[in-house]
Amino acid sequence: MVTVFIPAMFQSLTSGVTFVEIDASNVRDVVQNLDSLFPGLQSKLIKNGQIKEELAVSIDGDLARMGLMEKVPEDSEIHFIPAIAGGI
Amino acid sequence: MTSNIVLSEIDYEVVGKRPIRPDGVDKVTGRAQYGADLKLPGLAFGKILRSPHAHASIISIDTSVAEKLPGVLAVMTYSDMPFAAVSKSEWSDDKQMGEPGSPIMRLGADYAKLVLQSEHIIANEKVLFTGHPVAAVCAIDMAIAEQAISMIEVKYQILDAVMDVREAMETSAPILHETMRTNKFGEIGDVPSNIMSVGRVACGDIKLGFEESDIVIEREFTTASVHQGYIEPHNATAFWNNDQLNLWCSTQGSFVVRNAVSEILRHPISKIKVTPMEIGGGFGGKIPIYLEPIAAILSKKSGRPVKILMSRPEVFESTGPAPGTWMRAKIGANKDGILKSAEIELAYEAGAYPGSPVMGGAACALACYSIPNAQVDGYDVVVNKPKTAAYRAPGSPQAAFAVEQIIDELSIELGIDPIEFRLINAVKEGLRRVDGPLYKKVGHIECLEAAKQHDHYKSKINGKYRGRGVASGFWFNRGFPSSCNITVNSDGTINLTEGSVDIGGSRASISQQAAEFLGISYEDVKAAVVDTDSIGYTQLTGGSRTTFATGIAAIEASKSVIAQLIERAGIIWDKPIEEIEYLDGSVVHKTDPELKLTFKEIASQLLGTGGAVTGSASTDPPGEGNSFATHVVDVEIDPETGKVEIIRYTAVQDAGKAVHPSYVEGQIQGGVAQGIGWALNEEYCFDHSGKMMNSSFLDYRMPTSLDLPFIDTVIVEVANPGHPYGVRGVGETPIVPPLAAIANAVSNAIGTRIYKLPINPGTVLDNIKCN
Repeated sequence: MVTVFIPAMFQSLTSGVTFVEIDASNVRDVVQNLDSLFPGLQSKLIKNGQIKEELAVSIDGDLARMGLMEKVPEDSEIHFIPAIAGGI
Repeated sequence: MTSNIVLSEIDYEVVGKRPIRPDGVDKVTGRAQYGADLKLPGLAFGKILRSPHAHASIISIDTSVAEKLPGVLAVMTYSDMPFAAVSKSEWSDDKQMGEPGSPIMRLGADYAKLVLQSEHIIANEKVLFTGHPVAAVCAIDMAIAEQAISMIEVKYQILDAVMDVREAMETSAPILHETMRTNKFGEIGDVPSNIMSVGRVACGDIKLGFEESDIVIEREFTTASVHQGYIEPHNATAFWNNDQLNLWCSTQGSFVVRNAVSEILRHPISKIKVTPMEIGGGFGGKIPIYLEPIAAILSKKSGRPVKILMSRPEVFESTGPAPGTWMRAKIGANKDGILKSAEIELAYEAGAYPGSPVMGGAACALACYSIPNAQVDGYDVVVNKPKTAAYRAPGSPQAAFAVEQIIDELSIELGIDPIEFRLINAVKEGLRRVDGPLYKKVGHIECLEAAKQHDHYKSKINGKYRGRGVASGFWFNRGFPSSCNITVNSDGTINLTEGSVDIGGSRASISQQAAEFLGISYEDVKAAVVDTDSIGYTQLTGGSRTTFATGIAAIEASKSVIAQLIERAGIIWDKPIEEIEYLDGSVVHKTDPELKLTFKEIASQLLGTGGAVTGSASTDPPGEGNSFATHVVDVEIDPETGKVEIIRYTAVQDAGKAVHPSYVEGQIQGGVAQGIGWALNEEYCFDHSGKMMNSSFLDYRMPTSLDLPFIDTVIVEVANPGHPYGVRGVGETPIVPPLAAIANAVSNAIGTRIYKLPINPGTVLDNIKCN
């Protein structure tokens, strides 16, 4: 099981639920299982089969580098956070 | 010399020392090759015609007279861009940038972005900022090229322009992109808007938090557009060899250029080679491409290599500044100084095309503080200014300008020392950011303590118009892919090739990490930054990632070298490799002390034991480690002129492990200098028609060495567990605190607070008079 935190701006779809525990082995599973619990959430997170470019996935504080294919370890914590660019 | 390094835990042989950088002598003697230095046989020169209007429809472009000018080799307009052949009804399925419900079947939504990118490179039907390219020519010399562009006749229908972020958000504002709809929290609007998106990060219950607060302060802030101010203007040279495109340019990311040009020109990646020249500054502004596709098309049309150089006004007017902003921040605390709640709105100008760093600002705004209830909304807004680009910790300095001033006001109101107030609320390992993730090991508290103990902070500041200010700052840092090759030479030296453009001495710091891991001397490492055909994919030099990520690639390449050396020792000694290990720069037998070969000794035997040894690595490492900083600044105000003089500045920052302390200090001092300019003087000034009025270094006032005292640095080393030597990125965080630190110092000096940037002499005088 992993703990998935729902981004604040999408909590209208979850009736205010801020996090859930679900079964998942990768980020794709996470998104699909979230959508099963909260229909419509997948379309907020994914576009054209990929995580939306304005979002990044944090797994235990590290950014996922393989998008939906990234493995999620047991007992890990998942966040969908704003994707950030860098300057220098 | 007293060390300025605090909390360093481990002493290494090479890492942490200050060797001479390999590119230093070439750069100070003029031998270093920059893009403008490039000479090729038959070189032609390109020049770009740019819009004189901030917002206009293009009715017609007549290049016929220019084409006939003797010496002109080629002329181009948007019609020469590959995406000109893609019809508008086909290109978007994205409700945001197309007719609602348009089909997306054949083309991905990325095509919409690529069309916008193409139209940014050279305008299609509309110009959206003064300086927007409209046409380009190449000629046998620059004078003819300049004359030719003056002969191109463009008919415009001028449209109303909008230059201010708040005005652009009004429903009555002139609309830049008729097909743009607002994406608010994932829901797409149904009317044209200049607001591309609204995002949010939040936690807890802000209403409850404010009810629990004994003091609540709410303020509005504005900041102006500012430029990165790199000394070297943009340049690009292109030449085709049959269908092989060769590009030379000043860029922070040669692979970024290669991929972007491939997409825009719809040309295979393998048939584009980008050679990054030495770079005279970037700071984020040399991540986007501007000239490369134009140079490539002109070269294709003319059959000649084509070089395009930007002038300084072109750099200011047509490349990407940091966004101007409007911000509202409301923060509450209890009487003990514990933060309870924060509500923040950030509206950032994206320029003519969407994509400001507002959500970076949103995520950074409260990153220094443990706060149970918070909500930060970010608005990405288009205006008729050049499209913004990254500038060192993009989005974070502006947000810090707002938050750190309110933190200062709260500390004053509650009678708590400003550093102590920050310590009460400081984040640390195990606490949670407002956007959700838990912090790993970070050095924010250590930086605050180091600032508090510094003799600058302990010293008294006296004088009627003198004041002191403190502010903290945060940046995430990044990892991203990097590649490195190491070849062992028979004399025990190594050639190290990598793809990271060298900004700030990274060739040296990467060489140091390889030397440390291999147990050889720094002087035996020859590092080179190579072209995109010669090294594996390497992401841009930016995001404070290079010393971390390309350093790890060098370490992984070193591991491959070591594994091969162990195999060779096994051959030489006729022993199984399980009995052999690598220790302190030598291969040794685990039980027989007689069997030992130094790196140089085994290197001399490689060709006779199986051939050359080359180690390669392509990595995409996690664990980059965040960086915090706390700055202390003393200012003195001239009450007659309003001029703010910086009389003392101390910057404390967590570097994890300073691989080359001099270059870490240089990054800190450079970021501070840029932050000071941003705070006190720099801004884009536009006339009534939307044209920039101060597009030269004479009128766009950046600080020089005459304006600044020596900037003291303190390097805190809280090792990053994600890197073998504890490295954290350092290049961006130092620009975050100065804006607010100076505002806080000025407030301390004159007794009133200034909520807009720049804090220029006129603004200071007005505030002194009001007070």
